[in-house]
Amino acid sequence: MARTDVGKLSFILLFAPFALWIALLIILPQLGIGYISLREKVGPGEYTFGFSNYVAFLSEPIYWNTLLRTAWMSILVTAMALAVGFPVAYYIAKIAQRRSRAALFLMCLIPLWVSDLVRAFGWIVILRETGLVSSLLQKIGLVSGPVELLYNDATVVMGLVYTVVLFMIVPLVSTLDGMDNSLIEAGYNLGGSRLTVFRRIVVPYAMPGIVAGCIIVFMLTAGSYLTPILLGGKNSMWFTEQIYEQFVTRYNWESGATFGVLLLVFTSFVVWLGLRLTGQSLASTVAKD
Amino acid sequence: MHDLQCESLVKRFGAYTAVNSVSFNVPRGSFFSILGPSGCGKTTLMRMIAGFEAPSSGDIRIKGKSVLSTPPNKRPVKMVFQHLALFPMMNVGENIAYGLRCRGENKADIGGKVARVLDRVGLPGTEHKQVSQLSGGQKQRIAIARCMVLEPDVLLLDEPLGALDLKLRERMKIELKQLQHQFETTFLYITHDQSEALLMSDNVAVMNAGQFEQIGSPQELYNNPKTGFVAGFVGDSNRWSGRVVSLSEGKVRVAIDGGGEVTALAGDNRIAAGGSVEVFVRPEAISIGGGRDEVLGGTVESLLFNGASSRILVRMDNGHLVEVGQAVMDGSVTVSPGEKVQICWSQLHGRAFTTAR
Repeated sequence: MARTDVGKLSFILLFAPFALWIALLIILPQLGIGYISLREKVGPGEYTFGFSNYVAFLSEPIYWNTLLRTAWMSILVTAMALAVGFPVAYYIAKIAQRRSRAALFLMCLIPLWVSDLVRAFGWIVILRETGLVSSLLQKIGLVSGPVELLYNDATVVMGLVYTVVLFMIVPLVSTLDGMDNSLIEAGYNLGGSRLTVFRRIVVPYAMPGIVAGCIIVFMLTAGSYLTPILLGGKNSMWFTEQIYEQFVTRYNWESGATFGVLLLVFTSFVVWLGLRLTGQSLASTVAKD
Repeated sequence: MHDLQCESLVKRFGAYTAVNSVSFNVPRGSFFSILGPSGCGKTTLMRMIAGFEAPSSGDIRIKGKSVLSTPPNKRPVKMVFQHLALFPMMNVGENIAYGLRCRGENKADIGGKVARVLDRVGLPGTEHKQVSQLSGGQKQRIAIARCMVLEPDVLLLDEPLGALDLKLRERMKIELKQLQHQFETTFLYITHDQSEALLMSDNVAVMNAGQFEQIGSPQELYNNPKTGFVAGFVGDSNRWSGRVVSLSEGKVRVAIDGGGEVTALAGDNRIAAGGSVEVFVRPEAISIGGGRDEVLGGTVESLLFNGASSRILVRMDNGHLVEVGQAVMDGSVTVSPGEKVQICWSQLHGRAFTTAR
C-alpha cells in the first residue's frame, strides 16, 4: 500500500511541472486566443460573440493570400531543408568515421549559439547593397553598380533554410544512426542499385526521422517572424507579420487572435495532410522506439 | 568444376595484413566452412568475396570467371548476414521479393517464386507476416530464402547462428545442412564455433592470423591436424609443452616441462632434437588405469559430469591438469576425488608440434 502511494506521489511530482507547463503556457493562452477571436467589439466595453472575425478574414483576399503564401513558402523551405539536410545527416551518421562524428555534429550546432537576430543581421551584412557579395561582384566586374540582394523571396527562403536546417539534421542523424550498415549491404548484395537501395531501404528506414524533421521545420518556418521580416523587409508578406500588425499596430486583438487561431489550424491541417499523403502517422514516427 | 576459387588473396589495411595469401577451391554443391578465432580475417575474406572490400592482390573466380571487376550488386553471390539484416520495413514476402524486383522480374512470376521458396524452407503462407512476428529460427530461414530465391552460385553465411540461443542453435545446425542438401547450392560458412563447422561441413579451412592453417574434411582436421593451432583449436585437447629428447621413425620422445616423458607422433617436419614442442592428446583418448603405451601418474581432482562429454580432471605428478574422457560414463571405472590413479593412452593418439613463435 505504502509503496504504491510513494509511486503515485513521485509520478505526480514528476508529472506536475509538465502538466503545469502545458496547461498554463499552451492550453490556457490558446483558449484565451480562441475566446478573443470569437469576440466582436460593438462599442466601448461592449462585445458580441460570433464568427464575424473569420468572415472578415475570408472576405479580405490579402489576408488569406498571405496565409497561403506563408504555407507554400514554408513547404518549399521544408523541402529544401530536407534536400540539404539529408546528405549531411547521411554523411554524419553513415560515412564519417566514428571519431569525427561528434565534431561534425557539434559544427552543425554551433550556429545555434548565436541568436536568430544576430544571424539574420549577418546575412544582411553579406547581402545588402553595400555588402560583401555586392562589392565583390563589382570588383570582379560582373556588375557595374551596387546590387541589392535583400528583400526578395529567394533570400527569405534561403535565410529560413539556413535557420531551420539543423532541426532537420538532428532527427535524421538519430534515425540513420540506428540503422544497421548490413541492411544497406544486404540491399546491394541482393542486387539493388544505388538508387534502389536508397529508395527502398534507406528512405523507408529513415521515414520516421524525415517526418519528424519535416513537421518541426514546417512549424518553425510558418511561425517564424524575425528572418522573414529582416531579410524580406516590409513586403515579405509573412503571416506572422500580419498577426503582429493586428495586435501591436492596430491594437485589434480580436482580429489578431483570429489570425493566430487560423495559422495554428491551417498549419496543423497541412501537417495532417502531409502525414496522410506519405502514409505515416504521428504514432509511428514520434512514438517510435 | 569449382563454384568458387580464391587465389593468393591478400587484403591489407594500412600496415596491417588482414588476409595473407589465401587460396582455396570450393567444389560445386559442397558445404565449405572457414573456421577461425575472431579477428583472424575470415569476415574480411567473406566481404571480399561478396564484393564489399576490394582485395589488395589475388583473384576471386566464380564458376571460373573472375569477379573482381563486378560490383557487389551484380555478383552471383548472396550473403546471409550475421544479424540477418532482414528489412524491418518490409513484410516477409516483400523481403524475399526484393531481389527479384531488383532484377526486374514481372509481378506474376515473383509471387510464384516467393511462395515456392517459402514452401522449401518450411514456412508456407507466411508472406504477409511482419519480420518482427517471426521467431529467431524462422528469421534465419527467411534470410536464407531471400538469398536462395535468386538462385546464387554461392551462398555466403557469416556466423548466422551466433545470435541464437543454444538449443535453437543445435537444431539450426542440422536444418542448415539439410537446406544446403535440398538446394544443392555451394555454401560458404564462416564461424568461430568448431562444432558448427565440423557438424555441417564437407570441408573446413582453419584460419589463423590471416592465413589458412589447414584445409580438409572434418575427420581429417580432427584426427590428423597438420599444425599445433589446428590441433588446439579443433576439438578439445590436453596440451603440454616440453622438449624433444629423441626422434625416430616419426615418433618423438618428449620431456614434459615439470617432469615425465611421453612418446607421441611427430606432427610436423620441423621437429628436431632439443627443440621445444607442444604435445596434444584428446581427452577421449585417455583412460584411467594402466595397460597402454603411455602411462602417467596423478591424483583425481574433480569429476565433471556432463552426460556423454563427462570428464575426470586429474592433477598429474608433474603439476599439469589433464582432462580424461574415456570410460567415464560406463561405470567400469569408479574413482573419487583425491584418489591416486594412473592415466594411459596409446602413442598413436598423441601428437607433437613445434611450438609456434
